[in-house]
Amino acid sequence: MAVHTTTGGHEATTSTGLDNRKLFMWLFLGSDCLFFGSLIATYLMYRGRDEALGKPGPHPAEVFDIPYTSASSFILLMSSLTMVLALSAIQRGDVRRLRIWLLATSLLGLTFLGGQAYEFTAFVHEGLTLRTNLFGSSFFVLTGFHGAHVAVGVLMLLSITVLASQGRIRQQDSMTVELAGLYWHFVDIVWILIFALIYLLP
Amino acid sequence: MATIPQAAVPGFLRRPTATQGFVGWVTTIDHKKIGALYGVTAFIFFILGGVEALLIRLQLAQPNLDVLTADRYNQLFTMHGTTMVFLVVMPMSSAFMNFLLPLQIGARDVAFPRLNALSYWVFLFGGLFLYSSLFFGGAPNQGWYGYAPLTTKLYTPGHGVDFWALSLQMLGIASLASSFNFIVTALNMRAPGMTLLRMPVFSWMTIVVSFLLITAVPPISVALFEVSFDRFFGTNFFNVAKGGDPILWQHLFWLFGHPEVYILILPAMGIVSEILPAMSGKPLFGYAVVVFSGVAIGFMGWGVWAHHMFVVGLGPAANAAFATSTMLIAVPTGVKIFNWIGTMWGGQLRFAAPAKFAIGFVAMFIIGGLSGVTHAVAPADTQQNDTYYIIAHFHYVLFGGAIFGLFGGIYYWWPKFTGKMLNEGIGTLHFWLLLIGFNLTFGPMHVVGLNGQLRRTFTYAEGTGWDTWNLVETIGAFVIAVAVLAFIYNVIITMRSRVRAPHDPWDARTLEWLTASPPPEHNFDEIPVVHARDEFWHRKYSEDESGRAVPRPDYQPQTAAVVQHAHGSGHGIHMPSPSYFPLVTALGLPIMASGLMMKDSYGYAGWGTIAVGAVVLLTGIYGWCLEPVAEE
Amino acid sequence: MSTRHEQAAPEVHQEHAHPGPRTYVEIAVALAVLTTLEVILSYINVNDFARGLGIMICMTLKFALVVMWFMHLRFDNRLFTVMFVGGLTLAVAVFIAVLSIQRAIFA
Repeated sequence: MAVHTTTGGHEATTSTGLDNRKLFMWLFLGSDCLFFGSLIATYLMYRGRDEALGKPGPHPAEVFDIPYTSASSFILLMSSLTMVLALSAIQRGDVRRLRIWLLATSLLGLTFLGGQAYEFTAFVHEGLTLRTNLFGSSFFVLTGFHGAHVAVGVLMLLSITVLASQGRIRQQDSMTVELAGLYWHFVDIVWILIFALIYLLP
Repeated sequence: MATIPQAAVPGFLRRPTATQGFVGWVTTIDHKKIGALYGVTAFIFFILGGVEALLIRLQLAQPNLDVLTADRYNQLFTMHGTTMVFLVVMPMSSAFMNFLLPLQIGARDVAFPRLNALSYWVFLFGGLFLYSSLFFGGAPNQGWYGYAPLTTKLYTPGHGVDFWALSLQMLGIASLASSFNFIVTALNMRAPGMTLLRMPVFSWMTIVVSFLLITAVPPISVALFEVSFDRFFGTNFFNVAKGGDPILWQHLFWLFGHPEVYILILPAMGIVSEILPAMSGKPLFGYAVVVFSGVAIGFMGWGVWAHHMFVVGLGPAANAAFATSTMLIAVPTGVKIFNWIGTMWGGQLRFAAPAKFAIGFVAMFIIGGLSGVTHAVAPADTQQNDTYYIIAHFHYVLFGGAIFGLFGGIYYWWPKFTGKMLNEGIGTLHFWLLLIGFNLTFGPMHVVGLNGQLRRTFTYAEGTGWDTWNLVETIGAFVIAVAVLAFIYNVIITMRSRVRAPHDPWDARTLEWLTASPPPEHNFDEIPVVHARDEFWHRKYSEDESGRAVPRPDYQPQTAAVVQHAHGSGHGIHMPSPSYFPLVTALGLPIMASGLMMKDSYGYAGWGTIAVGAVVLLTGIYGWCLEPVAEE
Repeated sequence: MSTRHEQAAPEVHQEHAHPGPRTYVEIAVALAVLTTLEVILSYINVNDFARGLGIMICMTLKFALVVMWFMHLRFDNRLFTVMFVGGLTLAVAVFIAVLSIQRAIFA
């Protein structure tokens, strides 16, 4: 979304001095906390209930592969580093490094998504689907929505990369990169929560 | 500013230039036109929801009637509730917010005009999608708050619940988008000198409601996703056989549902806080207190959701905690009522139609508020739960409250919207008919409710002692219908009349009255510099030594002629250009939703439709992002 | 996201000096260390409470590092912090309430 300067493009500042789009993005992220909060709360509410009610598995302990998920978590974490380096590059006016770091971020994001696809497939092979039990439903829907957020982020980053190579992202356009970055980091912190709360906690 | 050469854009999406006619309306990004679209659409849904209510009342007029079948009755009360909450009160409030917020804070438009258009189109398609269920196997019939596991495929096998869940999802997106937009607008687009504590109360309530929406919509989105996944993909969130917990739905629904109550009432409270000072010729009594109680209601509104769940058996600790918080929230509400009374006290009241509706609002809302406090007492609530007493309570706050407030706002701002005055005599008739009809309909429900008549039951036996009251209620409902017809007649004769409204018919206080009526596209020829709360009033009057208002000799009203003159020479004002892309983006959603519903019966055709919807959506988004805000 | 910048006037710079790439790399190393610690904690044989507490502390630290440095909240206008932390706090408070009510009922 663009800044709409309804006075013809030369309005210097807003009432708060803050960029409209950036304010929008932070409001959106604040709101998205409630979205993922609801999904995580659903998972936590149903955690252990299959076992307690004697419903058939697979149960989390039987399917989670902690070393594998740790590796993909690490990949997503590092994509936050490349993202912030991309922003730092364009703020200095370095479009070449911007493109490199954006591409790196997208590739790390895609790797994470590939890893998630592999993990889901492995779970299905072990007999866990959306329909199997409460764990299957709440796990796949939570991580699936996170994956969808990552996918949207990758699409945004790749679009910005294309625009940058057409010379349409310049130093003064760094806000566009900054906004995509905020979204990307948010997706990363959601995964930080999911990794600890869903995978690691007993 | 570099632009895409027009030749590179496919012809059907070339930048629209029309500001009139069909294309002008579907591509508009003018907040005033979008406000008008919201208002008209919401009023049409109001008629539909009203007709549904009349059918319900016909069925209940006497014991053992069979005007409707039980299933048809279930569909009608579900559609009535869903319509009135999501398609009438919310969008009608949104109409006022759209039209008034930029004008009241001295801005030329909202912060994101195209996003504003998107909100409207998504809302419209969501509403149409819900009503299209009538042509595809029947409307949803599970009640407007869709308790699990009634919403699972086992108990409601048709597509009704699918339509309901998916359309609410769309309406949620529309609300989210406009709320982000309004918050950024109110924080960032204020005229010079318009500090936060100089903003009109209605603008303040817009901020509070927007914050409530951006926090309350996500939980219900998730809940609706869970219901939809259960129905479309066989997940077990509410599948009791696999251990799914219906209480999860109740938590997520009421986490949204209770803030939603304040989302419905706070805009009307804002409207009344604008009408009463103007009609009393006095500033609002305790402005800061009114604003802070509004904010306090917003915060506390988040801590009371489980009072809708007392009969679940949440345990004594939870019940006591939520009973207490519910009683506490009555405090800021009561504070506001005293402020409105204090505003009228000692004022020179003019009982014009807006004042009548505003006072009606205060009176009816007090009744609804008092019955609300009785629900806060958990043991009493256990008796009242699911009876007509509850129906009486929330109609006193949502009809006696929100609808009276909104009608008051319509009478008050009609000259601002259209440049013409609604007829005062018919307005008075409208008010009294509505007040009498309303009390006849919903007053007796307290009695039959406490006597045990259950809501959502399509008939009742003879000899229960409810039949006389039910007949009275039905007669009352038709009196309401006559009142609404009087309003429609009023609108029609006003539209035909050539008499123009005076520039400042109510001796108003806030900035929207500074400009012409209806306002020009750019709102203000010159962005006003604000020096005081009630800026417009202070431009008209100064005070003498004893604090009495004295008209300023140098005040010159900005009449339409002046504005037209200025407009002709005002080439410096650049407004953003209209755009097709909000409409295109919005269109993607109902297409995807239809595909989702087709996939079980039609397989690949359904998935194909989803893909088409996704392509439309992405086309809209990319077109939007790549087009410049305004053509040079 | 817009491709062109509508604002000809230079942006208002509320941010104080942003950290450079070196700081970012240091933060990333800290994040990696904390993740490793988390994973180790989930394997070693201590009582559940201590392990849970340790993991939650690591998680919170990681969360705070990303939000404060990578998302610049530490350096940016406080209004952004209010918007985000407001939503976050609301979510945490409300869902802890829901989960404790539900735990009490289910047990």
